[in-house]
Amino acid sequence: MNIHEYQAKELFEKFGVATPKGKVADTAEEAKTAAAELGDEIVVKAQVHAGGRGKGTFKNGFQGGVHLVKDANEAADIASKMLGQTLVTHQTGEEGKLVSKVMVADGVDIEKEYYLAILMDRESRSPVIVASTEGGVNIEDVAENTPEKIFNEEIHPLLGLQPYEIRNLSAGLGFSGDTAKQFGKLLKSLYNLFISCDCSMVEVNPLVTTPDGQVLALDAKFDFDDNALYRHPEIAELHDPTEEDPREVEAAKFDLNYIGLDGNIACLVNGAGLAMATMDIIKQSGGEPANFLDVGGGATQEQVRNAFKIILSDPNVKGILVNIFGGIMDCDVIAKGIVAACGEVDLNIPLVVRLEGNNVEAGKATLASSDVNLIAADTLADAAQKAVAAITV
Amino acid sequence: MAILVDENTKILIQGITGSFGGRHAQLSLDYGTQLVAGVTPGKGGQKFADTVPIFDTVGQAVQETGATVSTIFVPPPFAADAILEAVDAGVELVVAITEGIPVMDMMRVRAGMAGSGARLIGPNCPGIVTPGTGENSHGGCRIGIAPGYIHKRGKVGVVSRSGTLTYEAVYQLTSLGLGQSTCVGIGGDPINGTSHLDIMKMFNEDPETEAIIMIGEIGGTAEEEAAEWAKENCKKPIAGFIAGATAPPGRRMGHAGAIVSGGKGTAEAKIAAMRDAGIEVADNPSDMGAALVRAMG
Repeated sequence: MNIHEYQAKELFEKFGVATPKGKVADTAEEAKTAAAELGDEIVVKAQVHAGGRGKGTFKNGFQGGVHLVKDANEAADIASKMLGQTLVTHQTGEEGKLVSKVMVADGVDIEKEYYLAILMDRESRSPVIVASTEGGVNIEDVAENTPEKIFNEEIHPLLGLQPYEIRNLSAGLGFSGDTAKQFGKLLKSLYNLFISCDCSMVEVNPLVTTPDGQVLALDAKFDFDDNALYRHPEIAELHDPTEEDPREVEAAKFDLNYIGLDGNIACLVNGAGLAMATMDIIKQSGGEPANFLDVGGGATQEQVRNAFKIILSDPNVKGILVNIFGGIMDCDVIAKGIVAACGEVDLNIPLVVRLEGNNVEAGKATLASSDVNLIAADTLADAAQKAVAAITV
Repeated sequence: MAILVDENTKILIQGITGSFGGRHAQLSLDYGTQLVAGVTPGKGGQKFADTVPIFDTVGQAVQETGATVSTIFVPPPFAADAILEAVDAGVELVVAITEGIPVMDMMRVRAGMAGSGARLIGPNCPGIVTPGTGENSHGGCRIGIAPGYIHKRGKVGVVSRSGTLTYEAVYQLTSLGLGQSTCVGIGGDPINGTSHLDIMKMFNEDPETEAIIMIGEIGGTAEEEAAEWAKENCKKPIAGFIAGATAPPGRRMGHAGAIVSGGKGTAEAKIAAMRDAGIEVADNPSDMGAALVRAMG
């Protein structure tokens, strides 16, 4: 799960990670009030999850989702041009993102930009801290071109962050004296935040030093472990469903694992691995998958019905492939779910069904005796070929 | 032989009184598995299915019944504690079926298990099946949630990160008349107990296993590591399959571990590493059984 920049700032403040002063505003008036409490260099930033905001364009023609202003009136003016408007950046796609909040923060004089991140590393099975003297740029490019400018520390899962590890990183970044001390305090707070909130990643890019000797986290990107949200209700609340594909939000309500893609053959599968493999074989057979959809190992008739509705809400979908390996799950239950779903939704595109496993004969009989117009397939390869053939006719 | 478990292995189930755990406990009993104990705190003294004694702690269950393997069906918030309890009670093998355990819990569990001598399989896995010799492979050791009847006792070792994709492979093998020595689901989470490589080494040493199917998916580098080892060390024919070639980068495909990020964990890289190691990689999931036949020559 991702969060907005202003929410990240609030988390930083809560955990004592040094960051410029700022506030979120829903209206131009609020932006004005917030700006009045700040200095004479103020930054106004559109709040959407996508990157590339500074170089983005609003659909009303206004240029840039990040602006530097001098006073509260100017802040209000800029905010009024952003709020309620749709911002298009290289990450949003053509449709853009609606801006319903702006952040108003102290502008910062930057001496030098750095990079700092903590992530859960699957290979070492521990948190790893990554720091670099190259900030404000894409860290993957730095890793590719100048790997010597990146410093890593693997943190022991049970011992936690040790002072010597902070010293190692501080030395790598070239900090000394008071700057090193401030960096250490910031990193300790950031690590504490990472562990306390079950983050899978927190990336501060850039981390900056200022001419007056401060070390500040200027921007942050968070990723939280979805499996741990049950013990962090305050973080789960930060979730903004308007930032997500509405079909994915709808699917989540029914415990369905759905990811929308660009193709035209929808698939409904039980199990994540088999769902991925089904997408692959559609592509291999000359089609394009419209989605990933795992209905889980114990799907109910109700879930199958809702899965069909979500699949069919995608106007690009020209055909459906159902692939079920009923291990423990009864194929007849799935078959009844398909028949019920087709009775409710007005199905007018080809439906290819491949059932295998537990009680498969009863399932096939249920489908055959229904008035659902479907194409039966024996193997997954057969199903994929039939689905592609059906939509190309 | 087979690996990890056989028809004589005594298992217990933590979370046997839950609906999911209970359902699969019954299926294991029906399969002929030596399920000797259940553990649910507060329900000690009761019986599961009128025959299997339930204990309050794993320690009591192990002491009374001699179980050497524990299966975890405990809900995610309590699963880490349940795994550590089993390890502390001295079982040799813990199989964690539970899906949705926080990654930090698994990180601490793995670090806490270091030096214990116990092995963890999973979490978020279908479990282990060593098929029996009876009808529909009855009489074997079924731990977890895999459908027992699709198996057949034989000589192919199966290791996989995914549940239904494993069933698909097993079903194809059985349909081709190729039985299995042991089928192991290692789970789809980013931090798990046992890797592809660990299981491949066991299959390589197991006299009953004559060929291996390794099924992977996008994310991480575990398949590459296993392939690299196999290139120099594995004496047996191997077939493989990788799911997720069409998955867009940065999106988790159902499993918490199935994600391509920072250019790492792509299907292309894994398939290339496997082919380089002489592994017969199936073009699609329908081809897994046939790929093994090709690998065996």
